[in-house]
Amino acid sequence: MKVLVAVKRVIDYNVKVRVKPDNTGVDLANVKMAMNPFCEIAVEEAVRLKEKGVASEIVVVSIGPKAAQEQIRTALALGADRGIHVETDEEVQSLEAAKLLKSVVEKEEPKLVILGKQSIDSDNNQTGQMLAALTGMAQGTFASEVVVDGEKVNVTREVDGGLMTVSLNLPAVVTTDLRLNEPRYASLPNIMKAKKKPLESVSPADLGVDVAPRLSTLKVEAPAARQAGVKVADVAELVDKLKNEAKVI
Amino acid sequence: MSILVIAEHDNSSLKQATLNVVAAAKAIGGDIDVLVAGENCGAVAEAAAKAEGVNKVLVADNAAYGHFLGENLGELVAEVGKGYSHILAAAGTTGKDFMPRVAALLDVAQVSDIIRVESEDTFVRPIYAGNAIATVKASDSIKVITVRPTGFDPVAAEGGSAAVEQLDVVKDAGISAFVSEQKAESDRPDLASAGVVISGGRGMQNGDNFKMLEQVADLLGAAVGASRAAVDAGFVPNDMQVGQTGKIVAPQLYVAVGISGAIQHLAGMSDSKVIVAINKDEEAPIFQVADYGLVADLFEAVPQLEEELKKVL
Repeated sequence: MKVLVAVKRVIDYNVKVRVKPDNTGVDLANVKMAMNPFCEIAVEEAVRLKEKGVASEIVVVSIGPKAAQEQIRTALALGADRGIHVETDEEVQSLEAAKLLKSVVEKEEPKLVILGKQSIDSDNNQTGQMLAALTGMAQGTFASEVVVDGEKVNVTREVDGGLMTVSLNLPAVVTTDLRLNEPRYASLPNIMKAKKKPLESVSPADLGVDVAPRLSTLKVEAPAARQAGVKVADVAELVDKLKNEAKVI
Repeated sequence: MSILVIAEHDNSSLKQATLNVVAAAKAIGGDIDVLVAGENCGAVAEAAAKAEGVNKVLVADNAAYGHFLGENLGELVAEVGKGYSHILAAAGTTGKDFMPRVAALLDVAQVSDIIRVESEDTFVRPIYAGNAIATVKASDSIKVITVRPTGFDPVAAEGGSAAVEQLDVVKDAGISAFVSEQKAESDRPDLASAGVVISGGRGMQNGDNFKMLEQVADLLGAAVGASRAAVDAGFVPNDMQVGQTGKIVAPQLYVAVGISGAIQHLAGMSDSKVIVAINKDEEAPIFQVADYGLVADLFEAVPQLEEELKKVL
């Protein structure tokens, strides 16, 4: 079966986020970018499904500027077979991303679509569910286990206070949570091989989607900074302060 | 304006997060209706009717909603919600699951995880795991919003007397089914909602040493977390991770033990009310955000902490 994986180019998770002085957004100039960590888990899951003989082909898609091809190449180095780049320099919000992915899904007809549960920049946690709704597919969000069984997939989900397993008809959408797997690193030979794998580029207009944003960001501010507190001399003083000053125990 | 709040519950009791969401709805202003969708959830509807500020409670009681499957709830809420100006739900795992489906079915954007209301169409939400705070304006005719419960003080659970109306709308998409659930077995509270969290970092040296933290956690009724460094080193499983790529926590008390304070960890816990850091390196960045810092060897300090707590608790 064919598996489609969507990946997003975001700020590297180790980089300190700095708000621009004019409060229009976060400063991304000359900042290290990488594949969103939850998307790495999505790619890894698809590769494991292929290694088990469940998936026959892995198509990776990314929406974004020219440079997003780096993240597609990373996914190809990890084991995806070919890439689709929806190239745009515009800001693409969740609903519009879901519409673009719907168009790709209609063309590719995958049995399973795997996405990260959210990206670590906008933290929306929307695109997978929106794609599922637009295509009439079932969804297994926040997945910690994915087991394909004939025409169904069982997804164990990380929910508040425990785990929940659902059975979904295929085709279906899965969004990944942290426990699903631990992504591998790409080997140098695979990185070299990935350069020769096919990568097709399309525009939102080719897919017939208007990506004009519905939400406008009025301002972006740094959170209120925490002040460093006091150093205590020993554990007894610490417990005394927690009990009598902070009153939290 | 009219606002539809989707109740969070377990078919027998109303979750407090619903009261926080009603508070967010009050901040927007307008009539507030609450939709209780579930199976045999009459007690929940009665509780919702008593909440302060609720105009009307709508009940969709059907097996299709018993396990809160996103496919079915999405269709129901899109159908019931299309007559409202705002649709709100708590940003827990249930709301996060079905609300984007509602937004997509209504062809409107969703505003996720708001912590403040500026006006009827403008909301404040954390981005980059709380490293930046964005003010966003929604232009669609229906605003679909998930609310971070800790951002709003709950309305009173008692005192209201809203009318309860049964809905005869059954939406069963028929493409998904509940199989099983496994509640967290630990007696300790859930990491994301615990009032006290004690976390260990690379300084713990191995997974066995986390038992020291568990003993302190049991005294405090705390959840046990870890930094990404401790997870990457294989000390503890990934679901204990606090940070930008793990769980975001905001407890009353956060105790960081042997954690240096990498950016990605701070992003997950710096909204905690009181932060305690125990680390032998006095230059560790964690001390820059800690209310109380103790420069000490954790292998001496944590057992002492356990003893001192036993004296005062």
